[in-house]
Amino acid sequence: MANLNIEQNEHEEHTTTGLNHRKMLMWAFLGSDCMFFGSFIATYVIYSGQSVGGPVPEDVFSIPVTSVSTFVLLMSSMSMVLSYSALVRGQLINFRIWILSTALLGMTFIGFQVFEFRDFVLHGLTPKTNLFGSTFFVLTGFHGAHVTLGIIWLLSLFFYSFRGGVTSERHLDVDLAALYWHFVDVVWIVIFTVVYLLGVFPGI
Amino acid sequence: MSDMDKTHSTHPSPRKYLMVAFALVVITAIEVGIFYIESIGKGIIPILFFLSAVKFGLVGMFYMHLRYDSRLFSIFFVTGLILAALVSLALMALFGFFN
Repeated sequence: MANLNIEQNEHEEHTTTGLNHRKMLMWAFLGSDCMFFGSFIATYVIYSGQSVGGPVPEDVFSIPVTSVSTFVLLMSSMSMVLSYSALVRGQLINFRIWILSTALLGMTFIGFQVFEFRDFVLHGLTPKTNLFGSTFFVLTGFHGAHVTLGIIWLLSLFFYSFRGGVTSERHLDVDLAALYWHFVDVVWIVIFTVVYLLGVFPGI
Repeated sequence: MSDMDKTHSTHPSPRKYLMVAFALVVITAIEVGIFYIESIGKGIIPILFFLSAVKFGLVGMFYMHLRYDSRLFSIFFVTGLILAALVSLALMALFGFFN
């Protein structure tokens, strides 16, 4: 299928850069959020293996379960971009289906996280237990909060579309939400590798 | 077209989005598969970082449209990424992680 020319906004941008300032603000925010998560990931890495007592990652992590939740979040990114693609093509029904799917996949991911956190607490790991618990819950908790905020944003757009607030001519609102959603996905890509896979790999 | 007057961009087709999703799933499966090969030892670190970077790049370039949008958006994001990396390395050095 041929590529599609998409207008960035419904009218020419009369700004100093020629670019939409809302979109530029979103990219500036995402750039700053990189530093936010970078600090938490670095703190987790610094304190890994420094806990005086258990539980330690090997005691609580389940790579198969986290792999499935990672798959769910990756698929949510796919459905998000398909919802945006449907909107700019003027397919409002498809847009609603895909954006609702994205929100449901996001909720599934949060469900996995709640399951994981509950399991960890049952194993005796809380944010107050040791350095691993503190750094792990802060990092993944903030990521989960980002995902939750994204779900609320997506559902708002879904319901707003029934009131005529989301149209192919006004797709920037969805574009901004999509950028945010993909960002939480790329952050999880890093967390999955650094915290989970490298955190419990037995060969190191 | 310069960045200054760029108000239109070319975005990929849904078919390409699906291909990217397939690539992301395959790379994740490779990551998890490698995880169970203990004999790799510390060699797993660069391998996983490389695969993770590829996934990060695919999402950024195609799903976040950085490949098709204005270069200024990429500059904003990459600047944040570089600063994040520097902050992380500084923190790790400060706490003696590399000693």
